Amino acid sequence: MAVQISLQINGRTVEAEVQPNLLLVDFLRQEQRLTGTHVGCDTAQCGACTIHLDGRAVKSCAILTVQADGARITTIEGLASGAELHPMQRAFHRHHGLQCGFCTPGMVMAGVSIAENHGTPDPAVIRAELEGNLCRCTGYHNIVKAIAAGAREMAGRS
Amino acid sequence: MYRFEYHRAKDIGDAVARRQAAEDGLYLAGGMTMVPTLRQRLASPSDLIDLAGIAALKGLEEADGSLRIGAMETHADVAASALVRDRIPALSGLAGGIGDPQVRNRGTLGGSVANADPAADYPAAVLGLGATIHTDRRTIAADDFFCGLFETALEDDELITAISFPVPKRAAYRKFKNPVSRYAIVGVFVADFGDYVRLAVTGAAASIFRLPEMEAALAGEFTAAAIKQITVEAAEMNRDLHAGTGYRAHLVGVMARRAVEAANG
Ligand SMILES: Cc1cc2nc3c(=O)[nH]c(=O)nc-3n(C[C@H](O)[C@H](O)[C@H](O)COP(=O)(O)OP(=O)(O)OC[C@H]3O[C@@H](n4cnc5c(N)ncnc54)[C@H](O)[C@@H]3O)c2cc1C
Ligand code: FES
Ligand code: FES
Repeated sequence: MAVQISLQINGRTVEAEVQPNLLLVDFLRQEQRLTGTHVGCDTAQCGACTIHLDGRAVKSCAILTVQADGARITTIEGLASGAELHPMQRAFHRHHGLQCGFCTPGMVMAGVSIAENHGTPDPAVIRAELEGNLCRCTGYHNIVKAIAAGAREMAGRS
Repeated sequence: MYRFEYHRAKDIGDAVARRQAAEDGLYLAGGMTMVPTLRQRLASPSDLIDLAGIAALKGLEEADGSLRIGAMETHADVAASALVRDRIPALSGLAGGIGDPQVRNRGTLGGSVANADPAADYPAAVLGLGATIHTDRRTIAADDFFCGLFETALEDDELITAISFPVPKRAAYRKFKNPVSRYAIVGVFVADFGDYVRLAVTGAAASIFRLPEMEAALAGEFTAAAIKQITVEAAEMNRDLHAGTGYRAHLVGVMARRAVEAANG
């Protein structure tokens, strides 16, 4: 039986009727057309689907949409303000923190979370906190540099 | 994913009643094991009963020399708790080393212990500290709880509500982790309570187990040297692509000594 849910996505209130077996990532991508959140695996290991749920980084491929009833969700589309990129997005651009870009939405969402939880962490902390995000292209060095720089910029602003 | 009905339980009684009314229901905690399992069609419950809205399954408090932690406390919240860090730092560190940050933000104590994955971390603390599992109908001692591969003493519809962990004099957990999943290839939790010592091994065999010979030696002298000569039978160890039986048996000794050294910090 379909379930009625109400949640906030990128500041917008969304009401929907969904099947219990609909994954949150599929709801976001297919029904909300927010295709920035990616799906890279079947095993909840790659982190490409990372979003923020009530302010915490989570893997949207391992959550049912019905579990997000009443939640506040931010996806990669919700970070920028208009044409102005979020500091973490700018840092990935500036430090060349991506190659094919497939893992990037998850990396940026994880990066924002790392900065929120750890301020301006050193590279060892960033690497440990990225355990749940896999990248097949970059070798991680520039991702770590980008997150360090993005975190510094976020700290400077607040 | 197969189809199923979804229920949001209001309280413990409501959850158990809905579970009993369902043809083939299962409880849903954070979904960190459940949702991947459903995705792979390894389970086909008729109903899922979501525990997330039950306030009585949350909470972290100290009582009678134990830390009582609600079944729905996430790994991230246990790891971040100042109380846990102060009283049982080994438990705090264990919770902070499960999986990755995203998994820790959703995965729960109750879900991990009910699932009884042979490579999971929390069962090592439950057995190593001699914890008590509180359910909707009784209390179960850790020594009676884990019964085999993914098998526990829980009845089908029994709900874990909280777990009480006795506060030891000193304790430590060390795991040799699978670099992809971070599950334990072998993990050892050791706890010194003054007049006795408990030591539990996860990841190594079909189910978590204690090593009485090491416990006795450590009760006499709590040093890594005291257990240096004690070995475990390779024949009873797990074997998979990550580690063979002999290597796992070897790792049990190494992780046990590292845990003792860490507890002596
Ligand atoms: C990528 C990844 C990496 C991981 N790495 C590790 C690791 O390194 N170490 C480790 O220990 N674990 C690891 N896990 C597992 C994680 O710790 C989860 O906590 C665990 O899978 C349980 O998930 P959950 O709490 O969300 O429970 P769910 O998945 O919701 O439920 C799990 C099972 O427990 C039952 N259940 C849940 N709550 C209760 C309750 N209160 N009473 C009775 N039954 C209940 C459910 O019916 C279900 O059968 C990992 C998981 C993932 C996805
Ligand atoms: S798609 Fe979610 S972790 Fe890989
Ligand atoms: S940039 Fe290609 S997977 Fe990370």
